[in-house]
Amino acid sequence: MTRPSPESLAQRAAAQRSAPPAAPGAQIAPVPCTGAQSLVKSLEALGVEVVFGIPGGAILPAYDPLFDSKVRHILVRHEQGGGHAATGYAQATGKVGVCMATSGPGATNLVTPIADAYMDSVPLVAITGQVARPAIGTDAFQEADIQGITLPITKHNFLVQSGEDLPRVLAEAFHLAATGRPGPVLVDIPKDVLQAATTFSWPPTLDLPGYRPTLHPHGKQIREAARLITAAKRPVLYVGGGVLKAHATEVLKELAELTGIPVITTLMARGAFPDSHPQHMGMPGMHGTVSAVYALQRSDLLITLGARFDDRVTGKLDSFAPDAQVIHADIDPAEIGKNRHADVPIVGDVKHVIEELITALKGETHPPRADWWKQLNDLRTRYPLGWEEPEDGTLAPQYVIKRLGEIAGPDAIYCAGVGQHQMWASQFISYEKPATWLNSGGLGTMGYAVPAAMGAKTGKPDAVVWAIDGDGCFQMTNQELATCALEGIPIKVAVINNGNLGMVRQWQTLFYNERYSNTDLGTHKHRIPDFVKLAEALGCIGMRCESAEDVDKTIEAAMAINDAPVVIDFVVGKDAMVWPMVAAGTSNDEIMFARGVRPTFDEDDI
Amino acid sequence: MSKHTLSVLVENKPGVLARVAGLFSRRGFNIDSLAVGETEHPEVSRITVVVNADEQPLEQVTKQLNKLVNVLKIVELEPSTAVQRELLLVKVRADRPVRSQVLETVELFRAKVVDVAPDALTIEATGTAEKLDALLRDLEPYGIKEMVQSGLVAIGRGSRSITANPSLRLAA
Repeated sequence: MTRPSPESLAQRAAAQRSAPPAAPGAQIAPVPCTGAQSLVKSLEALGVEVVFGIPGGAILPAYDPLFDSKVRHILVRHEQGGGHAATGYAQATGKVGVCMATSGPGATNLVTPIADAYMDSVPLVAITGQVARPAIGTDAFQEADIQGITLPITKHNFLVQSGEDLPRVLAEAFHLAATGRPGPVLVDIPKDVLQAATTFSWPPTLDLPGYRPTLHPHGKQIREAARLITAAKRPVLYVGGGVLKAHATEVLKELAELTGIPVITTLMARGAFPDSHPQHMGMPGMHGTVSAVYALQRSDLLITLGARFDDRVTGKLDSFAPDAQVIHADIDPAEIGKNRHADVPIVGDVKHVIEELITALKGETHPPRADWWKQLNDLRTRYPLGWEEPEDGTLAPQYVIKRLGEIAGPDAIYCAGVGQHQMWASQFISYEKPATWLNSGGLGTMGYAVPAAMGAKTGKPDAVVWAIDGDGCFQMTNQELATCALEGIPIKVAVINNGNLGMVRQWQTLFYNERYSNTDLGTHKHRIPDFVKLAEALGCIGMRCESAEDVDKTIEAAMAINDAPVVIDFVVGKDAMVWPMVAAGTSNDEIMFARGVRPTFDEDDI
Repeated sequence: MSKHTLSVLVENKPGVLARVAGLFSRRGFNIDSLAVGETEHPEVSRITVVVNADEQPLEQVTKQLNKLVNVLKIVELEPSTAVQRELLLVKVRADRPVRSQVLETVELFRAKVVDVAPDALTIEATGTAEKLDALLRDLEPYGIKEMVQSGLVAIGRGSRSITANPSLRLAA
């Protein structure tokens, strides 16, 4: 095992000794201006390309200098759409997404996307107007304590007290959002601060004495992890969204190929490791593959990289991976040991962790793992992902999604809403590249897909961006299609329309005696709304597809349109269910391959 | 569960106490006692929190506290290696017949009388929670009219200082 060289140690020490960081951007000498101008100049200096927002009373002063700025402002139709668009932009580009809203209801409409970004560790800066300082606390018109409201759902938030603070606060907000474990930061700015005279200069000096994320892992922990990896007989690389956030997908592949260890990618990590790679076992969890779930359950060593033992992955926690020792690497020390004890805790940027593991493992040998691979390959062959064609002759939603992935290919970006279509989109599209799969994993926010696709397309204008949405989700945020049509953001939307809140209906089928309380949306029975007409009313091209033989040509027709947003209403059967499934609160060992079908594991082989 | 005393050094900025207190309630912890004040560095405040928690959840809440951007440092102070004090002000009924007995109790606990009325005395006492409990038990029979208690404050024994860490980047 190699030890760190004196040079690498010196480098590390220098990095730790560094003075308080300055914000990026070119130097600008002090100029007198208003707070609003200072805000816009700060956004320009920070390299912001685009802001998704809606003006209103308290934020109005900021919109005047924004009118002349090189920062593009996209006028959304609802603040929630603005927030998810900023998230989609951030997830597709790796940059900080920015949204803007006015005080009171404008700010509270951002609460859902902020909470969503918090759960999925998305670098987001939300800028809100606040009532003027003398009016704060008086229940003034459109006043809401958005700093207090967002305390538990932001990485940090600010109420700016003076125009002088604006450049520093904004630079701190962007630094906090993007570094360490990324997350949303809210900057609340009173109207009179925006109006008052101040001076602007750049760069400000950041003043964050309590913020020191640990980037470099401890050498002793790396050596201990390497020792366990070389001794393990049934190891698994349990890969979470942190690997994408750390831009560590290349080194992950190197580590996987160096060690020959099977890889599973969580819902947040789809695309972090190519689906087509022979070592890829699929997604774990409630709707994971049998091979991935089994790999975790029978493993003797989980090499956990930027994942957090979420309940959707572990199932019943005390029966999760019972024989496994755990190596847990994460940049957030609070994740380590939160849900599952870590035998080897490693705090650090997962890219550095993987690089150092590679160095430590090069030239090492390990016990033969042929048996382990034999078991996993056997399960992979016997229990592949699939579906049964609906008996009633309706279109299978899984088929639509699979064909969509095959036709649009691995360079397209796919954004899903939440529910059955999200799980199928994770299962039946082959993700080969990072940042091609965007979804709301932690919070499970219905309505995420359309605005997130809008944000992704804004950040990656040359990519084909598909929103895969359900008819329930689509009705929550489809008004942003008007934004897409007017702003020239030609996204494509596949509405997987089963006429119902499909995932809720699935649970009613399985756990509530098929009593379908309030899950029929009427989009089949009454065709209300008619999604084709709705699409056209919103300035998009609307299409409908109701049979398997039309699927390819409809998708191809949509692929051929590049000058307008397209919506396809895929009318699919309502009875299709997501399989495999680990029912909530049960052990992963209880995984069902299909309704009434338990996979058989060859216990004697183990 | 057992009691733990945490000294939390924070930036002296508006809203920081709400962030710290909110985090405890959000993660399902009850705060037994809370005291906040400035330190020898005016830009740093010190929050002393007493919580009743098991070791593992306490570790989790400490890690979550450390993630708050305004939190500079957290130290758990063990009772055996720290001086811990609370302040008690108590108004006790003390008519002429019992006044000398009340004063005797005050004397015994090295407390002080800080206000006198014809039928009542106000007593100030400092000490550990156990000592103050004992004082209150002894005063109870005379009739406690009103009492108020501060949160616990604590400081480590010896010459070392938890605020002397260069990483706090104090007053440059």
